Amino acid sequence: MSYGKRATGGNRVTFDLLINALIAGILLGGFYAAVTIGVSISFGILDIVNIAHPAFIILGSYIAYIVNARLGIDPIVVSVVMMPVFYVLGAGIYQIYYESFERRGQESLRGLSFFFGLLFVTEVMLILVFGVDYRYVEAWYIGPSWRLGVMDFPLRMLVPCVAALVLCGGLELFLSYTFLGRAIAAVAQDQLALRLMAVDPIRIKRIAFGISIATTSVAGALLIIIQPVEPSVGREYIGRVFAICVLGGLGSLPGTVIGAMLLGILESFTSTFYGPSWAPAVAFGVLLLTLAFRPAGLLGR
Amino acid sequence: MQTRYFLLILIAAAAVVFFAARLVGNDYVFFAGYTVLQFVVLATAWNILGGYTGYVNFGSAAFFALGAYSTVALHKFINMINIINSHFHGAIADVLHLIYPLSLIVIGGAVSGIVGLGTGYLTLRLRGAFFAIATLALAVVLQTLIVNWDYVGGSRGAYIIRPAEIAPIGPYIQYLFLLMLGLVVISLTIARGIERSQLGYGFATIRDDELAAEASGVPTLKLKLVATTISGALMGMAGAPFPYYIGYLQPSSAFGLEYAVNSIAMPMIGGTTSWVGPLIGAILLGSLQQLATVTISSAVNLLIVGLLLVGFVIIAPNGIVGLVQSALHKNKAGKK
Repeated sequence: MSYGKRATGGNRVTFDLLINALIAGILLGGFYAAVTIGVSISFGILDIVNIAHPAFIILGSYIAYIVNARLGIDPIVVSVVMMPVFYVLGAGIYQIYYESFERRGQESLRGLSFFFGLLFVTEVMLILVFGVDYRYVEAWYIGPSWRLGVMDFPLRMLVPCVAALVLCGGLELFLSYTFLGRAIAAVAQDQLALRLMAVDPIRIKRIAFGISIATTSVAGALLIIIQPVEPSVGREYIGRVFAICVLGGLGSLPGTVIGAMLLGILESFTSTFYGPSWAPAVAFGVLLLTLAFRPAGLLGR
Repeated sequence: MQTRYFLLILIAAAAVVFFAARLVGNDYVFFAGYTVLQFVVLATAWNILGGYTGYVNFGSAAFFALGAYSTVALHKFINMINIINSHFHGAIADVLHLIYPLSLIVIGGAVSGIVGLGTGYLTLRLRGAFFAIATLALAVVLQTLIVNWDYVGGSRGAYIIRPAEIAPIGPYIQYLFLLMLGLVVISLTIARGIERSQLGYGFATIRDDELAAEASGVPTLKLKLVATTISGALMGMAGAPFPYYIGYLQPSSAFGLEYAVNSIAMPMIGGTTSWVGPLIGAILLGSLQQLATVTISSAVNLLIVGLLLVGFVIIAPNGIVGLVQSALHKNKAGKK
């Protein structure tokens, strides 16, 4: 992994190092928000434990990579164009999930195994097609960086962070101010009431799950901008996305963004002062501590 | 059938398997067989928690690797095989050589059991999904710890040299095979024993309706912790002899995704409600993978496992055992 400015383990704490670690953490956190926002919807609101989420993100990365390598189109543009395709994919998966598990009340054991299998099949298929080489994209903002005094803003991190915040903001507006968005929030609370209002809760859930998978298209493109991607990279994100989701409070989109920023900063400090190989352990520590002390999360319902 | 008769039958079956494998007279049988037996133990261990109580453990690889790395750490700390060779002679040395791996299995099992208990204690009080997520993350974190721990080889891995021969049996791989057979007998006996005991009924109430169980006075948290500990300990025991089998252990092989996937897929495909399911699933899938690895490639064989898992949970929710049971049921109904 190589994002942001890295220093070797055991550095002396200087102001430059501290401020740049903080900036790198915030930028990384913004990107983590985009990765997690889909899980916030599927796990936080719909109660579907979609552990295959990171696999779809990697799929998004590879689609951005293919189009970028063949046609030279900007990866973020590609990912936005591909969102409807991912939406349809997500809606289809929810339909299978509903018919096979949710309706029979078997979502806990078999539903989880289903998503685990999906995660696994996607990863192995990508390995079979593309091999385990690292892939990367080309864009104008990969490379240069803005400097403000001692502060360093690598554009490779800044652009994904801004794109992620736009995505999260848009989703929050959609959920709070549109009829469909409110129906999605309602389906989490009372399905029967929704039925009485002549709204089909299954249809609402299908739409919501579709949206959750649609966000992985963008998150995948952002991922491959930030770091080179190979099929098994997704596994590192499973712990992260659920840690952020739980830390922020299930189902709260602003909570997700705050949780993502916190984890980003924590990881950035860990890798600056202890070495990058320790960073993956941070997410799990955060997850366990949150579960033990504040299971409702920071902004929990 | 009483548990001790069941145990006797299993031991007899294990003896038959061992001598049949010796009759073939090719060490490859033992190498391939060891892997299949290891999967039988892992699948049975997973099923004690997953199948009986309904809590999904995605971190089988972590518990397995904990067992394996306990052995490596111990081996670095005190190289018993050298000590036995230099201080003891003749029959005493032979006996010590036989006992030593058993102590490794006990220690590996204890370490994994304690970690299982700890993970369960932190997460099982909450909604079930958190346990599953925590186990997934546990694998990543333990791998990070091992990669950063130079004492056990770090990311470079560690060499463990196994003795070539062991006194009354012959090649060491045959002894490892025998050990794994013993673990299979133990884990199947435990699984079947649990099924028919009060513990098993307690587990089943958790699986069917945890809230109702809690309300009727079933100590659900305690039972769940018992299940995570037994399940984790058995996985660690399966991992403990692994460094001697593989000879060179590195984090990516000990934490391999194939352990996590197989230990879920095998019970799911075999059937999760009884001890027979994981056994059938592990023997079928394990042998299939041994064949596919030799004939096609290891990536393709993992794809087959993944597709089978997804297919079975959708189409045959109760696995092969469920399919056979419903077929028998239909026959009976037809005769009436």
